[in-house]
Amino acid sequence: MSGLIFNLFIFVLASFVGFELISKVPPTLHTPLMSGANAISGITIIGALVIAGQVDHEFAQIIGFMAIVFATINVVGGFMVTDRMLEMFKKKDKNDE
Amino acid sequence: MSDFLPPSVQAVLPNIIQLIYLLATGVFIMGIKRLGSPATARSGNQMAALGMFIGVVVTLFDQQIISYELIIAGIVVGSAIGTFAAKKVEMTAMPEMVAIFNGFGGGASALVAWGEFVRVGDPAMLASQDLVTIGLSILIGSITFTGSFIAFGKLKGFISGNPVTFPGQNFFNALLTIGTLVLVGWLTYDPSNQLVFWLIFGIALLLGILTVMPIGGADMPVVISLLNSYSGIAASMAGFVINNNLLIISGALVGAAGLILTNIMCKAMNRSLGNVLFGAFGGSDSSGSGPATDTDKTVRETTADDVAIQCTYANKVIIVPGYGLAVAQAQHVLKEVADKLEQKGVEVKYGIHPVAGRMPGHMNVLLAEADVPYDQLYDMEQINPDFKSTDVVLIIGANDVVNPTAKTEPGSPIYGMPIMNVADAERTIVFKRSLSPGFAGIDNPLFYKESNQMFFGDAKDSLQAITQSLNEV
Repeated sequence: MSGLIFNLFIFVLASFVGFELISKVPPTLHTPLMSGANAISGITIIGALVIAGQVDHEFAQIIGFMAIVFATINVVGGFMVTDRMLEMFKKKDKNDE
Repeated sequence: MSDFLPPSVQAVLPNIIQLIYLLATGVFIMGIKRLGSPATARSGNQMAALGMFIGVVVTLFDQQIISYELIIAGIVVGSAIGTFAAKKVEMTAMPEMVAIFNGFGGGASALVAWGEFVRVGDPAMLASQDLVTIGLSILIGSITFTGSFIAFGKLKGFISGNPVTFPGQNFFNALLTIGTLVLVGWLTYDPSNQLVFWLIFGIALLLGILTVMPIGGADMPVVISLLNSYSGIAASMAGFVINNNLLIISGALVGAAGLILTNIMCKAMNRSLGNVLFGAFGGSDSSGSGPATDTDKTVRETTADDVAIQCTYANKVIIVPGYGLAVAQAQHVLKEVADKLEQKGVEVKYGIHPVAGRMPGHMNVLLAEADVPYDQLYDMEQINPDFKSTDVVLIIGANDVVNPTAKTEPGSPIYGMPIMNVADAERTIVFKRSLSPGFAGIDNPLFYKESNQMFFGDAKDSLQAITQSLNEV
């Protein structure tokens, strides 16, 4: 059971860090922040890599392949679209704050 | 890939991998922190992408990974689709895009858990804690997957934006939720029972549909934000399944961020999360007040020339944009109108309601796209005192966020929602296609006020007509 408990510690502590990081973001950035965070949630791609990269079970590999496709859409699309949005903000950054 | 490495490196490889995961985690945290400020946001996003890249590359060295064909194929296909979508999407369609990306992320997490379940071959070999996390990962991932697709459909208009409900729906959904949790428990007890496994999967997919269907279009910002949070938690759960801290931490960060944004959205609409999820709010018949057919009410229509004249002779004009502006893709023409007015010496400001658009902060993105300078954008609290000294307010495709019912009618579904106090201004001009109620589905008494004029038509056409007229004034 210790593994699960340890993971729970990590989970709870990371959640607090997340709350602290995001608590005072200006409304202007809510959309890019959401889409950037969304891209980060595609981190599950790492799990997908592990599943698809093993050969001991063909069906699991196929599921892993689908998971990679899904997660990559999330990751690549998410980061790119966020960058597109933030690039527009960049042009006028003399007016920031 | 690990075959190519000398045995001495292979021996310490797991530790190296873990340390590099730790590095990626740090990069993520810094990236998210930088996303929180306009000056650093872009570099923050790029840092997060870098963190992801580091994580992916180092994972490929994992000794368990021995086949790369499918991995490469999957990454190529996924990148192609993701790139195409990200490049092609209109800024106005951003909420749909985020919703669908979200769905894919959640779906991937559910698939990872499923893949792990299948890979083991004999599920009875799995420890009960693994079975719990597999069950939860599939549950949350699947809800995110179908829920996001329904949200996408609603925003796109494939599915009615009105709440779709049936009697006893909340009770039924609650029953299903409890049911799946019981099934997760059952799976732990009897892992070889395939039926239980498939039931969890099936019910979770159904739950995603059933929980988002009853939510009205006006609440979509909240729903997308919440689903975003779910997709983070799903990733975190997938991390529990494959015992990977990088997944657990980054998933939790996203989960927390999503919850905060959800909370901000709810506050902006003066709603509780429970009310959003279970209230079936929004849509054409959710209001006690009648539709716009009351005969004793009259509206004053205006023309492009008239609007141009009124604005030209005003000292101060405030523009209140809403989703109608976005739908009409009129942000660029709006900028032209504003520029012309400024040339004529009129002071122009923009007042942005926190939930203008279909997503938190969406309107700011649209106006940024049209190069509207930041220093002309004002949040609701900042601009509300200004309306008293304003000559003309142009309300373009905004509806619910300027509805005085929110202040005056305790029975109204939007009662208590903070609104833009446009009625304080000397004159308001509402740009709208028709008198139909907005996303929240309630009539707006502002339209019938004596100080208000209506300019009917597509926002883009109307604004174009005004630029013409402004040339002639």
